[in-house]
Amino acid sequence: METVSQSIQGIPLNHYILLSAIIFTIGVIGVLIRRNAIIIFMSVELMLNAVNLLLTAFSVYWGDASGQVFVFFIMALAAAEVAIGLAILTMIYRNTNSTDINILNRLKW
Amino acid sequence: MNLFYFVAFLSIFFSLLVIFSKNPVYSVLYLIVTFFTFSIHYILLNAQFLAIVNFIVYMGAILVLFLYVLMLLNLNKESEPMKSNLLKVVGVIAGLCLLLTVAGSLKLLHASDPVLLKNPDIGLVRNLGKVLFKEFLLPFEVSSILLLSAMVGAVLLAKKDITKV
Repeated sequence: METVSQSIQGIPLNHYILLSAIIFTIGVIGVLIRRNAIIIFMSVELMLNAVNLLLTAFSVYWGDASGQVFVFFIMALAAAEVAIGLAILTMIYRNTNSTDINILNRLKW
Repeated sequence: MNLFYFVAFLSIFFSLLVIFSKNPVYSVLYLIVTFFTFSIHYILLNAQFLAIVNFIVYMGAILVLFLYVLMLLNLNKESEPMKSNLLKVVGVIAGLCLLLTVAGSLKLLHASDPVLLKNPDIGLVRNLGKVLFKEFLLPFEVSSILLLSAMVGAVLLAKKDITKV
């Protein structure tokens, strides 16, 4: 394990923040440009994971274990969110026969 | 040190493929690879517990759920709704503006110190368990209630309406 963790020695914290920001942005772009609700859910998962990675990097940087416990809670929350979201999606699919979010614009008026 | 940049490149590449591939099934498969690279990141940070949990919970449970729903709904490339090109370009530009803002604020932060493993056994199960069951006992119990309510809600939502049928 020593040799594996040796390989991150010397990486600036900046680069972890930048990597997380890029992946979070990719998630935001995915939410903006896709119409399939399942892909939008996947983009949300991508955003959650970017935050997880950043929390872990900060936790290692400060030598405090609380950050990794927060990641654990975020994972529990993501599991609950996906279960509820996919249940709602199957219900929508049963009613409208598609997962296109543009069909669901009846909430506008 | 170079390993980090290689894995970071792989995560960015595969997460781009997730949102740009036309077929939803391919998207889920690329998402699995992306989460695998995240697991490698956790191992590099010596957060072994999180690496295993990420492997089991995300790649084992959540993505199988995604794949299962995708197969159940019978979505494929032909039925995939796409936005118009103008909206796509506008979305990408808006996302890049967000990235620019975050990167610009990062420049003011001056946080360029290297990440060092001050306490190498911080991410091990033994250490995390102590923190989780001492300082975070109440949030842990509340999250179990959250999972229970999510389970009840998912069953209620996905069930067919008995009164109608």
